Amino acid sequence: MNRVSSPVATRKRGHRPTLRGAGTIAVFLAPALVLFVLLVLLPILVAGYTSLFKWNGFGVPENFVGIDNFTRAFGDSVFLGDLTRLLLLVVLSVVIQLPFSLALAMLLNQPLRGRAVYRVIFFAPYVLSEVTTAVLFTLVFSPDRGLGEQIAAVFGAEGVAVFADPATVIYALFFVVSWKYFGFHMVLYLAGRQSIPRELGEAAITDGASAWQTFRHVTLPLLGPTIRISVFLSIIGSIQLFDMVWVLTGGGPIHASETLAVTMFSYGFRRFEVGYASAISIIMFLLSLIFAIFYQRFVMRRDLEGAITTRGVQR
Amino acid sequence: MDYNVTRRSLLGLAGAGASAILLGACGNDEPGDGKQTINWWHIQNNDPMLGVWAAMAKDFQATHANVNITIQPLENEAFKAKLTTATQAGSPPDLFQSWGGGGLKQQVDAGLVKDITNDVKPWADTLLPASVQPFTIDGRIYGVPFDVGMVGFWYNKELFAKAGITAAPATWADLLVVVSKLKAAGITPIALAGKEKWPAHFYWSYLSMRVGGLSALQQAASERNFDKPDFITASQRFKELIDLQPFQKGFLGAAYGSPDGQAGVMGNGNAAMELMGQWAPAVQEAQSTSKKGLGDKLGFFPFPAVAGGKGSLSEVFGGGNGFSVGKNAPASTTEFLKHLLTAENQRKATDTGAVLPTVKAAADAIKDVNAKTVASTLAAATGFQLYLDQAYPPALGAQVNDSVAELVAGSKSPEQIVKDITSVAKSQ
Repeated sequence: MNRVSSPVATRKRGHRPTLRGAGTIAVFLAPALVLFVLLVLLPILVAGYTSLFKWNGFGVPENFVGIDNFTRAFGDSVFLGDLTRLLLLVVLSVVIQLPFSLALAMLLNQPLRGRAVYRVIFFAPYVLSEVTTAVLFTLVFSPDRGLGEQIAAVFGAEGVAVFADPATVIYALFFVVSWKYFGFHMVLYLAGRQSIPRELGEAAITDGASAWQTFRHVTLPLLGPTIRISVFLSIIGSIQLFDMVWVLTGGGPIHASETLAVTMFSYGFRRFEVGYASAISIIMFLLSLIFAIFYQRFVMRRDLEGAITTRGVQR
Repeated sequence: MDYNVTRRSLLGLAGAGASAILLGACGNDEPGDGKQTINWWHIQNNDPMLGVWAAMAKDFQATHANVNITIQPLENEAFKAKLTTATQAGSPPDLFQSWGGGGLKQQVDAGLVKDITNDVKPWADTLLPASVQPFTIDGRIYGVPFDVGMVGFWYNKELFAKAGITAAPATWADLLVVVSKLKAAGITPIALAGKEKWPAHFYWSYLSMRVGGLSALQQAASERNFDKPDFITASQRFKELIDLQPFQKGFLGAAYGSPDGQAGVMGNGNAAMELMGQWAPAVQEAQSTSKKGLGDKLGFFPFPAVAGGKGSLSEVFGGGNGFSVGKNAPASTTEFLKHLLTAENQRKATDTGAVLPTVKAAADAIKDVNAKTVASTLAAATGFQLYLDQAYPPALGAQVNDSVAELVAGSKSPEQIVKDITSVAKSQ
């Protein structure tokens, strides 16, 4: 630890680390390290261990079943449905929600009367918790007496109970997720847009570029890092989606809005098949991990240069 | 089965070892010398029962100077979470809420619950036999109920009269006619909370009981096979009702206890009936816009018979609340349990209207007309079946709920759902 020729120390500071220095590092590192090990690493390891057992959560797991829980998951229509719905939510987010947020951000970057007010209004839903949002939309789409029904009545139409129809519920869910998060992505894009030097746009216009060309060839490429991080957050959020679904639909009707986390929860805490639930949580973890690594390695490579993925490169 | 036996015996050993250590450590829990502390978790975390329990504990302590009762009132879901952690750590509370059935059996198998047969036997005949059944496993008693009820149809007399219905349906065919009449009169026949699944499982369970008899349900569970003609018939009968589209608009997304859910729809007079337990009137009141519910307009009739079925009308489906005793509980715990269930104390609990008594002698304290009907039906019951999602192991119970929900939504056929239920039963 305190070897004389420690390369890190020589490179960074150029003088020898003392025993006392190492002690200081240990003291400052310990609290975070202990918490990380106890609250992050240990639970992952325990879940990994219990996922190999058929276990109802009482006592000590003893009935070792190997990877049976994992093979079971890939033959389970609900679990496979979760993956399909995850893909659908991701595609809808990337194709509809994020472009919408981007368009709004561009609009609110224009010199517009009262644009600060708009920004606040659009960002406001993000401040609400997922549970609050879910309760709110349960009321809005309540059959017979909800706001949605009343609005439909004005147009002479009969409102549909969107959360009660297996065919529409996932889109209704996407709508609510978008309602909550579009403001967040909008603010990200807005910040990204404002950090683009004004001169670049002006230069493009001077060169005769149209508004669309300026956006397409100057603004959009320079927003690249922001867009990539926003897509990343959106996908990770979709993988972990739980609270909103649980309160809004409980995953139903007939699993039509169930997500991975909801399936895991109902197996773990409703059916007490803790081993199988652990396996699902491990799959979720691996999914997030592999996605995060690949995304950062290949998509966000330039954005993160020198940070995580390309070790040792010094600026 | 093999694995069950080994797991049980091993856990039993572990449990015995742990209790030996704990008992050794807590010498003062032994009778005779010094104070005993009873750690009591219940879920009546609101008045009136919150205060009633506290008063009963105080009475007991007044006459038992060496006993100290620590009460921990918990909200239902919080209780379940807390109990799960406590039992996983191998240290259940001394006296705690239990619903009996498959959940209790898991705790018993894990060696967490005390066998109180010998302590309870002498006074067990003061209780309604049906109420004790969910707490009896392999002939041994692992808990005592203080509240018991049953599921039946709650109906709106005014809406029935409006549709020209004069008598409550006595057979399933009558019920289908009633539903058609109500629909013809422009009235939503039935309120159902499709989001929560368990209200729909009442229909399937009752139909299975009426078609196959009580023994069919018990046999199916022990043989792990539901793929039998009786269950297919029961599912088909339910499908006949579903096909009439008797439920309120958007019922697949409806919750039970919310203003726009099953109880709210009933309480506001927007549907003619619901199949629900003895708590239905209270929840209708709470969720109705007027906060008064249906009042005198509310009636009750038992689940109708099915023509050609083996079950009898006097077999009831329900459940209740009780207390189980933790493995490390001090000796006076069962004595305290007995104190909670004296006729006098059961009357006090019944007086609040929140409890239907399990002690036969306390039945005279029931005031509400509908509650009296429920209680007398229960007292005359020739058979009792606990809610399937509590009677069966949790995974099987949840599968029954899921499969019935699929039948209701029309995504699976009667033949398919009994196969799905069977495959989960076999995996347990």
